[in-house]
Amino acid sequence: MVDVLTGTFTVKSGHAQMLKGGVIMDVVNAEQAMIAAEAGAVAVMALERVPADIRADGGVARMTDPGIIQNIMDSVSIPVMAKCRIGHFVEAQVLEAIGIDYIDESEVLTPADEVHHVWKHDFQVPFVCGCRDLGEALRRISEGAAMIRTKGEAGTGDVVEAVRHMRAVQDAIRKLRNMPEDELVVEARNLGVSLELLQETREQGRLPVVNFAAGGVATPADAALMMQLGADGVFVGSGIFKSGDPAQRGYAIVQAVTHYNDPKILADVSKDLGEPMVGISARSIPEEQLLAPRSI
Amino acid sequence: MKIGVLAVQGDFAEHIAILRRLNVECREVRLPEQLEGIDGLIIPGGESTTLSRLMSIYHLREPVQAMAAQGKAVWGTCAGMIMLAHEITEADPIPLQVMDIGVRRNAFGRQIDSFEQDLDIAGLEPDPFHAIFIRAPVVIRVGQQVKTLAALSNGQAVAVRQGNLMATAFHPELTDDTRLHRYFLDLAADPAGPPGRES
Repeated sequence: MVDVLTGTFTVKSGHAQMLKGGVIMDVVNAEQAMIAAEAGAVAVMALERVPADIRADGGVARMTDPGIIQNIMDSVSIPVMAKCRIGHFVEAQVLEAIGIDYIDESEVLTPADEVHHVWKHDFQVPFVCGCRDLGEALRRISEGAAMIRTKGEAGTGDVVEAVRHMRAVQDAIRKLRNMPEDELVVEARNLGVSLELLQETREQGRLPVVNFAAGGVATPADAALMMQLGADGVFVGSGIFKSGDPAQRGYAIVQAVTHYNDPKILADVSKDLGEPMVGISARSIPEEQLLAPRSI
Repeated sequence: MKIGVLAVQGDFAEHIAILRRLNVECREVRLPEQLEGIDGLIIPGGESTTLSRLMSIYHLREPVQAMAAQGKAVWGTCAGMIMLAHEITEADPIPLQVMDIGVRRNAFGRQIDSFEQDLDIAGLEPDPFHAIFIRAPVVIRVGQQVKTLAALSNGQAVAVRQGNLMATAFHPELTDDTRLHRYFLDLAADPAGPPGRES
């Protein structure tokens, strides 16, 4: 009898490999999920409210009603992701129980634990987590994250924080590659990560798992910018369904991620897309309302 | 020899990394003109509905179908297998219909049902191949000209070959085992040649 292994880190991180070069779109119902799939999304993120609305409404943001998620799962054949609160391992258990394809342990929801993240190794289902820098990324990976996304500042339509976080990760990896070996122990301590994981990152010259960009992508050019900065793919949250023509914009962003290095194609797909989401400058947001610093 | 890897979406970089390790020249293919002058094409894993749309928008379908018809080697892994099929069990995506196989998408269920296991593959004996199945398809109809290279214990085909064309439901590009890539390179060098060894 052949051993059949499920829930291994290989199949978890391998799933993220299949999403590369793709766009993952936030959706709040089956109708939006079908529009996203039709536009060429590689996966959808099932939510009750997109981040822009979470930000506007205030209050406590929790895991989406599993019934809503189930409806979305039933409506499309592409993978469906959903968010749990940081550290809320029971929300994660609920999402795993309904058969979700990926869990985003997300700072967009109100954290349930200000100290600990979910111990993600215990789950069969893979997790994606946000980061602002290399230390956060590697700490999430050591907790079992099979995919990373830079946090950006969700629900703003302002790409500036996504750029900051992607550059921070890439700069730290470049620095790591040129670092003398005898300095690695101190670097590992400074970043709060294991020496082993730091060495692995140094050898690979990149994060050891897939790294998408998120938090503020609103246009095809934003998406291509993140790809040129080294993202493996892009999450678009409020940017699609808060715009004037979601189907057209989604379709354009999908093409922009494939052809991110071809300015002529980027120009073509950027034409006649209608109104982008209104957006708010990340800089104008009071510090206590920022989402990205919610976990380290 | 130059091998193209369809790079519209998916894990094309992993295929390219293995080909480079085997000292093969490769090219990322996103537009039809990038298919010119290549000796073989790999369609990687990814999301088949996304691959299907991007192949349509950028007019890649006909030239890839023509390559297959001309006898050039084409290999699809996972989503790539779906794209090479004659028919699939759903209306979306639209396959290229170049191999005489019927394929079911997401045949094992959702991501939590993804798995890895050792597999015996005809032509790669005696050592088994460690196969990684991620939301994987299976072949549910095998045409007369199609040879099954590997099947699961329930008999479902997961690696098939039809002349110059091959398809695998799993992801050799996620492993360090280069044997299937070398098998494909043999096929690209001689599409009617030795990889067709009887199983």
